[in-house]
Parts: sequence; C-alpha cells; structure tokens
Amino acid sequence: MSSVELKNIVKRFGGFTAVEPTSLTIAEGAFVTLLGPSGCGKTTTLRMIAGLLDPTEGEIVIGGRRVNDVPIHRRNLGLVFQNYALFPHKSVAENVAFGLRYRNVPRDEIARRVCEALELVQLPHVADRYPKALSGGQQQRIALARAIVIEPDVLLLDEPLSALDAHLREDMRVELKRIQQRIGVTTVFVTHDQSEALAMSDEIVVMSNGRVEQVGAPADVYNTPASEFVARFLGASNILEGQCLSRGPEGAEMEVPVFGRVRVPAARAPHLGGAGAAKLVIRAEKLLLREAPPTANSPENGLISAPVTIETVDYQGQAARYFLRAGDRQLQAINMIDERPFAAGASVHVTIRPQDCAALPG
Amino acid sequence: MAQGTNIGWSLIRLYTILVYLFMFLPVAVVVLLSFNQNQFGAFPMTGFSLRWFEALWNNDAVMRAFRTSLVLGLMTAVISTTLGVLASLALVRYRIPGKNLITTVLIAPILVPEVVLAVALLLFLNWLGIGKSFALLLAGHVIFTLPFVILVVQARLVSIRRDVEEAALSLGASPVQTFFSVTLPLLTPAVAAGGLFAFTISFDDITGTLFWKPGGVETVPTQIFSMLRDSISPEINALGTVMVVMTVGLPLLGAALARRLAMKRGV
Repeated sequence: MSSVELKNIVKRFGGFTAVEPTSLTIAEGAFVTLLGPSGCGKTTTLRMIAGLLDPTEGEIVIGGRRVNDVPIHRRNLGLVFQNYALFPHKSVAENVAFGLRYRNVPRDEIARRVCEALELVQLPHVADRYPKALSGGQQQRIALARAIVIEPDVLLLDEPLSALDAHLREDMRVELKRIQQRIGVTTVFVTHDQSEALAMSDEIVVMSNGRVEQVGAPADVYNTPASEFVARFLGASNILEGQCLSRGPEGAEMEVPVFGRVRVPAARAPHLGGAGAAKLVIRAEKLLLREAPPTANSPENGLISAPVTIETVDYQGQAARYFLRAGDRQLQAINMIDERPFAAGASVHVTIRPQDCAALPG
Repeated sequence: MAQGTNIGWSLIRLYTILVYLFMFLPVAVVVLLSFNQNQFGAFPMTGFSLRWFEALWNNDAVMRAFRTSLVLGLMTAVISTTLGVLASLALVRYRIPGKNLITTVLIAPILVPEVVLAVALLLFLNWLGIGKSFALLLAGHVIFTLPFVILVVQARLVSIRRDVEEAALSLGASPVQTFFSVTLPLLTPAVAAGGLFAFTISFDDITGTLFWKPGGVETVPTQIFSMLRDSISPEINALGTVMVVMTVGLPLLGAALARRLAMKRGV
C-alpha cells in the first residue's frame, strides 16, 4: 500500500496534449476514481501511473519514491483491464500465479496464495479451467485475483466493468468495492460511468479535455459542481443563466429565468465570487412536478413554483423523465411515479427548494 | 427454368472435376508408377513393387541430395522463422519510421520473379568477391522464404491483444520474459505454420537453387533435374512420391497437431 502523487505531469503526443499539467495526491488506501468522457485523458493518466506511458513532463511518486524511470515490471502494481487480458494459453490457476513466479515465492506458498485469491473473488472451483470457459464476469474476477495476489502497492483499474452487461456490472461494483475495502489497497479506478464513480469512490477526479475539472468526495462533486461541465456530466442537470444580485455570507441572491429570485446557500456557491453573471444549477430529480401549485407559494418558506408544460415523457419504470417547456426554455425533471406518470402535453407546476440549487459563476 | 439451373450446376460441377483432374492426375500417375515393377514407367502396371524406393535408398547421389535438402530446409526454417518473428515484432509492436517501406521490401521477394532474384543475389555476391557456397544457398533460401513467415506471423501478432502483454509486464515479467511466457506461446501456431512453409518452399525450390548451389552440391529437385537429363528412370517417380509426401504430408500433419493442441487448451 502506498500513496500516489502526480506532480505537474503532462503528456503530449506530437502536437496533441492529452494531459495538461496535472497535480494530484492519492492518499494511502483510498479509492480514487478518474471520471470523464472518452478522450479526457483519464486513461492516459492511469497508463502513466502504471508505467505504460512516460509523462512528457512532471514527476510520478509512488510511496515516496519517484518512479519516472522505473519500468512497469518493477513498480509492483496491480493492473486490471477492460477486456480482462487473461492469458488464454494458461489455466486460471496459472494466470493467478503468474505474478508470484517472478517474485521468488516458494512453490507451496504460491499454491496457497492462489487459493486465497480465488476464494477472495469467490471462484475457488475454477482453478483448472481455461479463461475461454469462463463468463465475462468470472474472467474479470480472475483478472482481479491475478492483480491483487501479488499484493501490489497500488491497484489500477482501467474501466474494468465496461465490458460486462448492465446487471452484472452492478453486482461486480459492489464486489469490487468489498474486496478493495477488505485488502485496503490504494486504488485508482478509471471510468466514464458516473454511477460507478459515485457508488464506489472515496474521491472523484472529474476530467475533461486533459484537465482536472474538480476533485472531491462523491456527494460534493454531485451537489456542488465546480463547473458547468461537471454539472452536466454527473447526472441530469438544469442550468439556468441569470444574475447574481448579491453575495453575502449566508448565501447568494440569484435572479434567473422561470423561477425568478432564488437564494442559494453559501455552501452551494463556493465558486461564486460576487454580483454579476451567474448560473443556477439544479438536478432534474429536484424538480418536483405537481398538478396544482403548492398552497404556500412564497420565497419565505422556501418553495418556488412555476407553471410548465410537459413535452415528452421518458418512462423508466419506477421513475419517469420529463422534458418540460417553460416559455422559451426546456427543463428536465426526473420524478418517482406515483400510480401513473404525467401525460405529455399536460400543464403542471414545477416546484424547487432553494437549498437544492447550486450556483456557478456565469 | 429450374431445369436450366440444374444443367448449369452440372456443368460447373463437371468443369470443377476436370480442373482438379488436370491438376492432380499427373501427380497421381507419378505416385502410382513409382510402385510399378516394370523397368519402363508406363501403363498398364505390371505389378506392385517397392524396388524403385529400394534403388533410391541405395543411390548414394540421391541420398546425399536428400540429406542436403533436409539440412538446408531445416536451417532455412529455423533462420527464417527467427528472423520473421523478430521482424514482425518490430513492425507490429514498435513505431519505426518507414514501416510501410520496410514491410514492402521484406515482402518483395515473393513479387520479384525468382530468376531475377537469383541472378541479382549471385551478381551482388560476385561483386563483393564472395563465391558460391552452401552459406550463399542458405541465405538465398532465407530471403525467399522470409516473406511467407512474416505474412503469417504478422497476421497472428496483430490479433494478440497488447493488453495481455501489458498485464504480464505489470505482474513483474520483464519484456524478454513477457515475450517467452506470453507472446511466443500465443504465436506458436503462426510460428509453426511459418516454419513449415519455409521448410517446404526450401525443400522443393529449384530455380534459385540452380543458380546458388556450389559445384557438386545437389538438392533433391536439382538431383531430379539432372537425372532427367540423362534418362527417365522409374527411380524419379519414387523420388517424386517421397517429395509429395514431404511437402504435402508434413504441413497436413502439422496442421492436425496444431488443431489438437489448440483443442486441448480450449483456445
């Protein structure tokens, strides 16, 4: 187990900069997720930590040791790939034992540790099979066992769940987190899937265009996005461009279309400097639809309401996603369904609470 | 309408059979006649006999040629596959300038007429002041078989995912250890196929061999060629049969072995 430190690392491929100067500290034993769309530099960053790519500039420090010049096979890392990357010509036991063979581990200890690792991933009975005979989920568990059996300083996971089907992915998510907590290994997880990132991480690093947009605990990143990109990338958000009228210690007084005056709590507006152009961010699931306006519709008791028309209904079973029209603006709302969803074309009232809103500089 | 189609298909079938007969009948005749008892290789056969194979066995010149061909073929196969695997690795796994040009140059010996290649190599070595030798003959065969190995190995190497090798590296295997424990085992079918190709091509090559072989050295094909100049002996039929078995039987055997190996591993 070791901490990982990136000091101003940059990666350029010819004239293209894949990773802009990036500094990041990953605490010992933490589960940190690099989250972003494809091409944001998250995989490049991971491959630099792994030693599969050399940073153009900057330093990589693992466990207090500068590893820029240490080749991958001497870094003692566990690496798990999207497509499992098991050795097809070796049995499951041989796959898991592979790393131990290069570590001068006595033969009987290898056998014991392989057994333990297979038990940890709950597949003790497949030791003699070949990877081809296993399902995708099983193959990924074996890949995980192979990576952790060597007791790596850092575990690097490169979209390990992406190749699995949706149902299996959620099970594996829980499983992966359980194993990581049990062995307590520092883990860097790369994904483009926000729900994976939110569910598993101690800390999320949101990346876009080779730059780190925000670093924070899942709830912080989700509730208080530092930029419009983060707000749009995590979850479905409504972003309303308006004005910040005043910014005091208790909060920011905003004037936005559709909802008018909204007082955003200070904790939800840390990136807003003062009065001027600003944006209001509100999550789709915080827009509550009702047939009638709330009876006490006043800014004092917090609820703000506006009449809207439902344009489209995206039925999702337990919830529905509504696309709403309010004047010349479109909003999204995700509401749990009580008996039946609202119908398209219906005129309803949308209600928000100011404490559910976040503010960004304009 | 249906009847017209039927006739069409029958004609195609007939045509196909005729083409195959045209291709394989001469070979079949040679093989059959090699078991003929009669001194003059002609039908009708007068009886089954292995006397021509026996005569081959006792013919020192033929046995010497056979040994030469065998040694030449094996050495060609070993050198060509080694070079071919190394070249394929470089071309597929590394970014090198002029990659396309290098590939074209390495494949070129297949495209250039063999006579031209043979004469060119001979003239080049003459110019360097190096005379004909077994080493030259070997070099020529390697040049000529290398493209086949590269084509086969490269195709396979492209299909081996890079992340499998990266996984081995991350687990602590050095690049060389990764090659021998992961890449090479996965390449084995292609390496074996390439080696067999190289061996059979070398074993029955005649054009280049005629130019490159030093005096007094004969391979099986050049031996047959010189025997034909003197007389037509049924021994040649027997030798032809041996050649057919070597160049057709060996690859088939290899393919069967490879398939069994693959099935066992479930790859």
